[in-house]
Amino acid sequence: MSKQINVALIGNPNTGKTSVFNALTGLNQKVGNYPGITVEKKEGICKLPRGVKAHIIDLPGTYSLNASSLDENVVIELLLNKTDKDYPDVAVVVSDVENLKRNLLLFTQIKDLKIPTILVINMADRMEYKGISLNLDYLETQLKTKIALISTRKNKGIDKLKELIATHKELSIEPCLDASTIDKAYFDNLRKAFPNQLLYKLWLVITQDVNFGKTDRKTFEAVEDFKTKSKTDLKRLQQKETIKRYQFINETLKLGQTIDLKSAKDLRIKLDRILTHKVWGYLIFGIILLTIFQAIYDWSSIPMDFIDSSFASLSEWTKSTLPDGAFTNLLAEGIISGLGGIVIFIPQIAFLFLFISILEESGYMSRVVFLMDRIMRRFGLSGKSVVPLISGTACAIPAIMATRNIESWKERLITILVTPFTTCSARLPVYLIIIALVIPEGRILGLSYQALTLMLLYLIGFGAAVGSAWILNKILKIKSKSFFVVEMPNYKLPLFKNVALTVLEKTKAFVFGAGKIILAISIVLWFLASYGPGDDFNNAETIVTEQYASENLSEEELNQKIESHKLEHSFIGIAGHAIEPAIRPLGYDWKIGIAIVSSFAAREVFVGTLATIYSVGSDEEETIKNRMAGEINPILGGPLFNFASGISLLLFYAFAMQCMSTLAIVKKETNSWKWPMYQLVIMSGFAYIVALVAYQLLI
Amino acid sequence: MTLADLKRGQQGIITDVSSIHIPLKLLEMGCLPGNLVELVQVAPFADPMYLNINGTHLAIRKETAIHIIIETAHE
Repeated sequence: MSKQINVALIGNPNTGKTSVFNALTGLNQKVGNYPGITVEKKEGICKLPRGVKAHIIDLPGTYSLNASSLDENVVIELLLNKTDKDYPDVAVVVSDVENLKRNLLLFTQIKDLKIPTILVINMADRMEYKGISLNLDYLETQLKTKIALISTRKNKGIDKLKELIATHKELSIEPCLDASTIDKAYFDNLRKAFPNQLLYKLWLVITQDVNFGKTDRKTFEAVEDFKTKSKTDLKRLQQKETIKRYQFINETLKLGQTIDLKSAKDLRIKLDRILTHKVWGYLIFGIILLTIFQAIYDWSSIPMDFIDSSFASLSEWTKSTLPDGAFTNLLAEGIISGLGGIVIFIPQIAFLFLFISILEESGYMSRVVFLMDRIMRRFGLSGKSVVPLISGTACAIPAIMATRNIESWKERLITILVTPFTTCSARLPVYLIIIALVIPEGRILGLSYQALTLMLLYLIGFGAAVGSAWILNKILKIKSKSFFVVEMPNYKLPLFKNVALTVLEKTKAFVFGAGKIILAISIVLWFLASYGPGDDFNNAETIVTEQYASENLSEEELNQKIESHKLEHSFIGIAGHAIEPAIRPLGYDWKIGIAIVSSFAAREVFVGTLATIYSVGSDEEETIKNRMAGEINPILGGPLFNFASGISLLLFYAFAMQCMSTLAIVKKETNSWKWPMYQLVIMSGFAYIVALVAYQLLI
Repeated sequence: MTLADLKRGQQGIITDVSSIHIPLKLLEMGCLPGNLVELVQVAPFADPMYLNINGTHLAIRKETAIHIIIETAHE
């Protein structure tokens, strides 16, 4: 076995750290989670000169070793824990040549931990453009490190970096400056109390708000001859430390870096003048939104239709090729259509993350956050909540995954909880068929009533999201340090490799994460719809054949009657009958009940279920529609789908939490069943009440 | 005066930051006494504020900006 060394990539956000990671590992990377938390763990393998293999971890971006979020906490926890299997043999600090001063702060902190450290100065291709020149020899001496000047965009300097990683044993582990001089007496005390521990590590543990495994704050309180300081004093010391580090960095850069401002060009100012403008900024954002909406909605319908029909024919083919039996049916109707239900979302998810990662890579996303923060804050959301709420109109699943960059846990949680109210694409088929049934075809001011109803439903969804955010903000008592600092990075042309890898990785995460659950639910649903207790189900064929013996039905019609009879007496049919008393006040019968029950796997199942239950062989919309229009209310007489029950049903679907996949992803992101269960009960309960009131008022 | 009083395009020198109200992260990004700050752009209602502090571009909310004391820089 060749020896493997652990390499940790560390750096400020927006320094191109992930580009460096991608350049080193290529496709040899995988994304998982740190145990117990939803912070992403990216790791990969890189082959180095001299047969050395490097295991590379791309740690979450952080501005310093003072953690203020779960992501940043991961960095410190790893660097302080020498027993961790991922503890780095060498740390690679990635910096951006244009922001060297700020990037070096983190570098000097890591040097204090006595970890062999390489400094990567990235985006070297921008130096000429910005009029920057560096004295690398001087910097290497002052910073006691080796420097790799690289450009991931131009693919330069990567080999030098690999060489430096391979020869990491030659790196100095001496700190650049002595941070303990900020309060000599205090640090002397600390050293005396814990002679075996690294001083700077002790300091980090004392000043953090979070625990670090075995050495936490309590360790310090337990030692008698050591007195720790008050929080305010500690913060003052941290400020002093930061100033001290910047003094050192400023002195170092005074000789190590020259910036010729005359030759510097700045695209940023010109672009920002338009993109963050009070009028143009919002207008451009609106246009970008429409484009994304259009793409997710329209462009992805082509591959989605293709996937839909491919899986339908695959299922058909399986049925006709394999021998008849329960297994074939499970495979064809349960597993294959279940898989289809996962794969069909891939185009939308891929498109969504394509746009999101382009917007993020280019630096535009920070501008949107800047523009929207004030408006969103009124509702307890952050400027960063805009992205998930927009994505929610395609599908709540990627939208909830997109909340990850909201630092404040409270704002993030509220965003996660309200996103499912936005009208996702799965509600659309339900809305379309019911609107066609119950809303008259007239026009007002040239706009059709039906189109207006649909638009109103979208507005209701968005209103419900924002309104419930406002309420949640008032009632949720979560203490989370909410401060808002957004770096406004330089505009950059997105790197194709980064965008492609993001899209690939997010899509994979969806297919294997949420996919498992969708598949499991589909199989359960299939069982419930395919089996039933008692004679009525098991002898359906005999019963139906006898019943219609005199009517001379064609074989196809008879089969439909049998299927319909079976479904009525299957477990799911029984469930439909069981809940009928509860849904009758809303204007629904047991058949709609079944459709609602099966909708809990995914809303779009509604139309399909009704199609089966009304014994419609083909799923051509017109046919289902006519069938539905012909249904008679068993108690009141008259059409079952009238204005009152139709509106009631529309409102029910607008508010109810009927998507297992969303519940699953909420569980994954919040790490508890508590929040998805609240969503299920509160949203569906609210939907029930609204639908009830609407029906009783309208009838 | 505080950072919140700056007009768009104006510059100032940070003289004091109230460390109780200012997150450490902001200090680490260069928001420290002695550094030059410029108000690049403001959103409607002057909140949030888009700043250039010592070469770092960032946006903060007004509620944070009122805790950063500055004096105007005279060219």
